[in-house]
Amino acid sequence: MTKPENEWTWKELTVGNVILEPGNASQYRTGDWKTLMPVLDKDLCIHCGLCYIYCPDMAYNLDADGFFIADLFYCKGCGICAKECPTGAIKMVVEQEE
Amino acid sequence: MGKRVGMEVSIAAAEAVRQSKVDVISAYPITPQTHVVEHLSEIVANGEMDAEFFCVESEHSALSVCVGSEATGARSFTCTSSQGLALMSEITYIVPPLRLPILMILSNRTLSAPLSIWNDHSDVMSIRDCGWIQYFCENGQEVYDHVFIGYRLGEDRDVLLPVIVNMDGFTLSHVIEPIELIDQEKIDKFLPPYAPIYTLHPDRPVTMGAFALPSIFAEAKKAQEVVIRSSIPKILEVWKAFGDMTGRYYQPIETYKAEDAETLLLTMGSFGETASVAVDTMREKGKPVGLVKIRLWRPFPFDAFKEATRRAKRIVVIDRAVSVGGPGGPVASEVKSAVYGEESRPMIYDFVAGISGRDVSPSDFIKMVEKAEIEINEGNKEGYEIYGVRE
Repeated sequence: MTKPENEWTWKELTVGNVILEPGNASQYRTGDWKTLMPVLDKDLCIHCGLCYIYCPDMAYNLDADGFFIADLFYCKGCGICAKECPTGAIKMVVEQEE
Repeated sequence: MGKRVGMEVSIAAAEAVRQSKVDVISAYPITPQTHVVEHLSEIVANGEMDAEFFCVESEHSALSVCVGSEATGARSFTCTSSQGLALMSEITYIVPPLRLPILMILSNRTLSAPLSIWNDHSDVMSIRDCGWIQYFCENGQEVYDHVFIGYRLGEDRDVLLPVIVNMDGFTLSHVIEPIELIDQEKIDKFLPPYAPIYTLHPDRPVTMGAFALPSIFAEAKKAQEVVIRSSIPKILEVWKAFGDMTGRYYQPIETYKAEDAETLLLTMGSFGETASVAVDTMREKGKPVGLVKIRLWRPFPFDAFKEATRRAKRIVVIDRAVSVGGPGGPVASEVKSAVYGEESRPMIYDFVAGISGRDVSPSDFIKMVEKAEIEINEGNKEGYEIYGVRE
């Protein structure tokens, strides 16, 4: 987005509020909705990828060591990954300031 | 002059859609809209029109299809009545902010309950504030004409808004009238192909209908409100161009013997012609009565309305819908708002008349004028009643 939403005047909006820049939803931080965040215990992880498959926000990415890690910029803290993890490797914990 | 033929108004409306070279027709049958879409489906099936006809499963889908097709740049048409409009209403609010110039003919019919198939304006009043440009037609010729006028106006890049052409169910839709058909070459000149600003196309991806946070919603609404309010000069310009082509000039507010009238009847839609007969009768008896007809309902032409009524002492509004529990009928409520700020304003008496297709004859209009004059002279400032109800 060229500038934040709350800086647009009504005259600057496109006809029909059409968005001309495709894919800009990726700039939208949904991560600030959450109260709980997933934390992975790498010793228990079997790399099955179910967290990656089930995540409704596609927040999980594979890292260089072969672990699926949630991107907290997008993760809404729904807990589906923790619920589906077959080894109990993911715990939902209260979000903390980094 | 074009060819003048006797034709059912619904068929004339369908012919206008054909002549407008509409690309997509999407509709679900409901009385009294049926003849329009039946005729269109025949025309398309016979290969006399290069259009897609979508037989959908509901009116909600009928307009949803038009949203999709119009977004790709296809000129789109739908037509409904009453409960069909009620089912469609969710989508009617979505179209104007998306700036998709779909045209819809509403064959106006009563909303249930009690269940009724006959004519009044309760259906369109239920979506009064949805943001479509709304015309009311007095006869079949006006319905035919306003299909071209509506597309030309709606598709203008300064407007880009959907248009509703209101056609009283049965009273107009099922009546055979003399219609002057316009030559196709003239129509093609008057109504160029639709040239949208943005379209849905895989090569030029855009997002239409995205959600808005509270931080930007009010700006989007203001943009919509300003566009329709400032469309009046364009509406007049299109009517002028149409008049230059056909000799039929339209105005947002039309008057009949209103110049020196002390009491004005106010109608919208097909009642105008009957009321003008009543005005003639009263004039013959020396009564200074005139008639004002609202042709443009949205955007409401406040200036033209005030100009047309400023010399009158009384306005007798004929409403065709009830605002249940509200301030009277929707037209009277609008008109009262329009004159509230004026220094000298006429007294307004509101009759809800002819709901669910009950006949209102010239003598009824005369009775209403007489009753309103007595009530107003006796100091009744809140005049509102449903006319002709058996006590």
